[in-house]
Amino acid sequence: MATAELPSGANAPGAPPAIVRPRHDSTAAWPLIDRLGYWLCWVTGIGLCVIAAAIVLFMLVEGISALRLNLFVESPAASLHQSQSGGFLDPLIGTFIVTTIGILIAAPAGVAIAAWLSEYGRPSWLARAVESSIEMIAGVPSIVLAIFGLIIFSRSIFGFLSQQASDGSVTGESFLVAGIVMSLLALPLVVGATREALAQLPGRLREASYALGKTRATTIRSVLLPAIRPGIASGVVLGIGRIVGDTAIIVILLGATLKNEPVGNVPLLGTLRGTGSTLTSYVYNNSPAGEGNAPQKAYAAAFVLLMIVLALNALVTRLSRGLSLGTTDWTAKL
Amino acid sequence: MNDLDPRIPEPQVPEPGTTRESAPPPVRRIVVERQPHVAAPTPRGNGAADGPALLSGAATARRSVARRPLAQVRERMRAEALWLAYGQNWVVRNVSLPVRQGEVLALIGASGSGKTTLLRSLNRLTEITAGAARSGQITLDGREIYDMEVNELRRRVSMVFQQPNPFPMSIFDNVAYAIAEQRSRGRRRRTAELELAVEDALRRAGLYDEVAGDLERPALKLSGGQQQRLCIARALAAGPEVLLLDEPCSALDPISTATIEELIIGLRESVAIVIVTHNLQQAQRVADHVAFMHLGELIEYGPAEQVFDHPRQPRTRDYISGAFG
Repeated sequence: MATAELPSGANAPGAPPAIVRPRHDSTAAWPLIDRLGYWLCWVTGIGLCVIAAAIVLFMLVEGISALRLNLFVESPAASLHQSQSGGFLDPLIGTFIVTTIGILIAAPAGVAIAAWLSEYGRPSWLARAVESSIEMIAGVPSIVLAIFGLIIFSRSIFGFLSQQASDGSVTGESFLVAGIVMSLLALPLVVGATREALAQLPGRLREASYALGKTRATTIRSVLLPAIRPGIASGVVLGIGRIVGDTAIIVILLGATLKNEPVGNVPLLGTLRGTGSTLTSYVYNNSPAGEGNAPQKAYAAAFVLLMIVLALNALVTRLSRGLSLGTTDWTAKL
Repeated sequence: MNDLDPRIPEPQVPEPGTTRESAPPPVRRIVVERQPHVAAPTPRGNGAADGPALLSGAATARRSVARRPLAQVRERMRAEALWLAYGQNWVVRNVSLPVRQGEVLALIGASGSGKTTLLRSLNRLTEITAGAARSGQITLDGREIYDMEVNELRRRVSMVFQQPNPFPMSIFDNVAYAIAEQRSRGRRRRTAELELAVEDALRRAGLYDEVAGDLERPALKLSGGQQQRLCIARALAAGPEVLLLDEPCSALDPISTATIEELIIGLRESVAIVIVTHNLQQAQRVADHVAFMHLGELIEYGPAEQVFDHPRQPRTRDYISGAFG
């Protein structure tokens, strides 16, 4: 009814004014030092793009020319000739197994640690200790983790995880061992992503749940964690990327053998306890630096590896965009 | 109720009529409050009651022009000599106050007067703020709330916040989550019983007709006013006996505000309602009793008409007239 009282035509649309947008300010007026810095930023940025493009292009050219469909379905074979050395089926499977084991451990553990740190964090000295431990693990080179893993898992009590010789000595090399140690690589990434996502949740969400008489645990399980699912997923995918790309742990704790070699007769468990290789160790072995010396296949495998990691990165980007633009958007509505 | 009564005049027994500033405000206010407290059982037989009830009877009569007064008014909660602190600052000082079912209590006062803190202390939500401290008593049905299990207390004394804060789930799950012993996850767990309870809560909050078509819609897709009513529905679904509202309309447009005010008035029969508001007109529209706070102290408490039309305290008068002018 308020609108009815308006004099008719008072708001009649006339010709719209021309849209004037401010022009980008020119750098000409800047001091020299600012202009230099500004251009340096440009140059480094563009340089980085060039390098990234070069990596992809180079691997694309080298990889695709060597890439054959049969590489994906043939097991590697020992041969001096590239044409007879088989494909990388075993390393592909190996990558899959190690990643699965690693992330199956790291994801729940990481989310639990992050939830505890963010939502409880008591006693504070323990929280600080946990925080520093995670930072430390995140900073340890994977080769150090690998050696550490070897020391631990070649003890006879851990014989069930790998192979035990008749004299009681334990190899400490298996998919299980490699996967367990790999989980340490992924853990800090999962913890970090989860904590960050939890920190972004507004406090009023927690208050709302507490005000309904829900416990902290219920709030975490039913409200907070579902709300940050995209954030957790990003952390998990980052962790997967980290595991997929690691070589040192594979070489030391998986044996980096030509083929996946099961132990005993139990089908799945035998493989898990046995040695094998992944794409990274395959690339290493077939590169001119390795024993296989089949560079074409190394390029092909490297290309596949790169594609996997790029796909994972794209997934992370999508997921984190989902966090800020999707239905869990906190800021737009209200 | 009778076992509560002896405690009320206990602090001091000042003369009800005098309203000079020298006397400590909380005590005088308790006396004012005593009238309906005594009268509460009688109005059922229609209240041409004894002496002290006269004033409140007159007040409710005038009020009834606007809306129906409720026959059954009974005390549910009471703050007694309540002091609340954050860190070293006492933000609520020696407040004593009843919360009654069947009426709406409005807490008014300037920013920083301690209204919200007082409100949050009623379901111990102050506890989640580090450094919060308390002295004095808060009771629910005569029982000290600090002796109760905190989550049980919060189910009985529920709260709606200034900012609508629905969970990032569907409308249905938002309400279902609040219902005790129900897991909120997923459609699979939906039982007919749960659906009825959710529908009931949405109806009480006046939201059902607007969202009935699609309860699976994300709650965050609703408008601000709808979100706030969803929050009220959620709070009601928990089956509370006391509903605390912290400036529930401050983020909303006038139409949503009017809807929620009607809702509040309608709800006061089944739950005791305490509302914090900066909006004096709103307090006048919805409140049966008003408590005016200033710098942590309770300056005046009384029936809404009395506080707004004949404030006894100069500071109340200043605040009310200042805000109006």
